[in-house]
Amino acid sequence: MVVFDKPHALADVPMHYCPGCTHGIVHRLVAEVIDELGIEGKTIGIAPVGCSVMAYDYFNCDMIEAAHGRAPAVATGVKRSDPENHIVFTYQGDGDLASIGMAETVHAAARNENITVIFINNAIYGMTGGQMAPTSLPGQVTQTSPYGRDVSLCGYPIRVCEMLSQLEGPEYLERVTVNSVKAVKNAKKAIKKAFMNQVEGKGFSLVEVLSSCPTNWGLTPQKALKWIDEKMIPYYPLGVYKDRSAKEETK
Amino acid sequence: MSEKVLMKGNEAIAEAAILAGCRHYFGYPITPQTEIAAYMAKKMPKIGGTFLQAESEIAAINMVYGVSSTGKRVMTSSSSPGISLKSEGLSYLAGADLPALVVNVQRGGPGLGGIQPSQSDYFQATRGSGHGDYHMIVLAPASVQEMAELTVKGFELADKYRMTTMILADGTMGQMMEPVALDIEVKPMPEKPWAVTGTKMSRPHNIINSLFLSPDKLEQMNFERYERYAAIEKNEALYEEYMMEDAEICIAAFGIAARVSKNAINEARKEGIKVGLIRPITLWPFPKAPFENALKTVKEFISVELSMGQMIEDVRLSIDCRVPVTLCNRVGGMIPSPEQVLDAIRNAAKNGGNR
Repeated sequence: MVVFDKPHALADVPMHYCPGCTHGIVHRLVAEVIDELGIEGKTIGIAPVGCSVMAYDYFNCDMIEAAHGRAPAVATGVKRSDPENHIVFTYQGDGDLASIGMAETVHAAARNENITVIFINNAIYGMTGGQMAPTSLPGQVTQTSPYGRDVSLCGYPIRVCEMLSQLEGPEYLERVTVNSVKAVKNAKKAIKKAFMNQVEGKGFSLVEVLSSCPTNWGLTPQKALKWIDEKMIPYYPLGVYKDRSAKEETK
Repeated sequence: MSEKVLMKGNEAIAEAAILAGCRHYFGYPITPQTEIAAYMAKKMPKIGGTFLQAESEIAAINMVYGVSSTGKRVMTSSSSPGISLKSEGLSYLAGADLPALVVNVQRGGPGLGGIQPSQSDYFQATRGSGHGDYHMIVLAPASVQEMAELTVKGFELADKYRMTTMILADGTMGQMMEPVALDIEVKPMPEKPWAVTGTKMSRPHNIINSLFLSPDKLEQMNFERYERYAAIEKNEALYEEYMMEDAEICIAAFGIAARVSKNAINEARKEGIKVGLIRPITLWPFPKAPFENALKTVKEFISVELSMGQMIEDVRLSIDCRVPVTLCNRVGGMIPSPEQVLDAIRNAAKNGGNR
C-alpha cells in the first residue's frame, strides 16, 4: 500500500535547492493542490528570476520563465489569452515580487487579475548570494548590508500583504509559513484556496510564505526554522489580510 | 478594384492587425501613436478581443510575452522612449523565440526628445534594441496602405520565423490620412506545437524559456537562431526602386524621407540629372542586392534620413564603401524639404562622384 507518493504535478527530477531550504516544501504543496483540483492539464506556471528560476523544470504542467519581476504581467497575458481554459500561477521571491516587480504586482492586484501568486518571502536574495531584499529585517546582516540593515539609509522592509490589502482589487491575501508540520498544513490550505479562487473566477489571490534560507542566513536548517518564529513572524504576522468572498458571506 | 477608406496611418495598423487575427493588444499611452491604442480600446471588446492599458511599457511587452507564449497573435505599440523600456522584453522574446508584432511610431530623441517625426531609432531597431545577439525583422512603411499591408505581413513573418517583427514608422506616417484598401490576403497561421496552452495531460510539458546555463547549449541556441536569420536575409529583403535604370546618383531613403526624396528626384530629372531611389522596405534584413546592383551606373549615394546618419552605415556596408555615400538629413522632429534633397542631388551631380 502506498502511503506517501510524489504528486503527479511535481516532476521526478533532482532539485537544485540548498539543504534546509523550504522551496521544496512549497513546490510540493503547489503540486499537491494542482493534483487535488485536477487542473494540471490546464495549468500554466510562471517561474521568476531568483532561486526558483528553474521551477519550470520542477512542475509537470506547462511552464514559462519570465524576466525578473515581470511574472504578473506575463501571467496577465497568459490568463487573458484564454480565461476559461487557463489556470495560471506565478511563483516569485521577495526581490522579484516586491522590488523590481512591485509595479507589476500592485497593478495585477489592482486589476483583480484572476491569477494565483505564490510569494516566497525569505528576507534575502538567495540566487545571487545573499543580498539585502526589500523584506530584509531592520539590522539584518546581508552581503550588501554588512553592518546590518540601517533603516535610516535604506528604508524599512515592505509588508506586501498589508500593503496590497489597502487595494480594492485583490480577492485574497494571506501570509503563512512552513516551519512546522502545523504551519505546512495551514500553508497548504491557503494555497488551495488561492487556486480554488481562480477556478471559481474570484480573482487575484496571493499567498505569502515566510520561508527559510539557511545558506544565506548563515544558520543551520533547524536554527533557520526557529529564526522564522523569532524574527520574521513578529515583523510579518501570519494571517488572512483580505478575503473578499468570506467577508461578503459574513455580511 | 476594391473599396478604399480614408484612414490615419495608426488606425490602418490597428485595423490590419485585427484583420490578421490579432485579438490581444497591450499598450501604454505615448504620443504620437496613441490612436492605435484608442482604436483597439474601441474595437477589441466588440470582437471578443482584449485591450488592456498596462501600467507601463515594460508590463505591456511582458503581457505580449504571455499571450505569445500561448501561441496567439498579439501586439503592442509605442513610440521611441517607450520602445527603450520595451527593449528588455524584446530581448526575452528573442531569447525564447516568441513571435510578436511591435510598432514604433518614432519621435525625436534622445531622452524625452520631442513628439515630432524622426527616424533616429534605426540603430535601436535594426541592431536588436535589447541585450544579447538577436535581430528583429524591421518593416518601414511609406504610405498608409503599407502601414496596413506590412502589419499583416509582419504577423506572418513573426510566426514563420518565431521572432519579433517591428513596424518602424514615424509620426508623419502615423498621423497622415490616405485612402486604404483593406482587402489584404491573410495566410493561415502556422501550427505552434511549442505553445503553452496546458498539457491536457496528453503530452510532456512545454517550456517557454530564455535561460540556458550551459554555455555549450546557449552557444548552440545562438548559432541556430543565426541560421534562421541567414535564411531571412536571403529570402525576405524587400525594397522599392524608383528611376534606377540609368541612375548615376542614388538616394537611399525609407518612410517619409523616401516620399520627400521622390519629389526631389522628379525635379532633378527635369534638370537632366540621372538620379533614382532605392527605398528599403525591410530595414532588417537590409536589402543589399539592389545597392550592389546599382554600382553598375551609380557614382554617388545620398542617404536621406531623419537622423544624424544611421542607415547610411548599412548603405556603406552594402557597397563596401566603393563609391561615396553622403548624408542629407534633418533631426529633432524636422523633416528634410524636397528643396534640401534637390540641392544635395545637384551637389552630387556637380561632383560627378569625385568626393
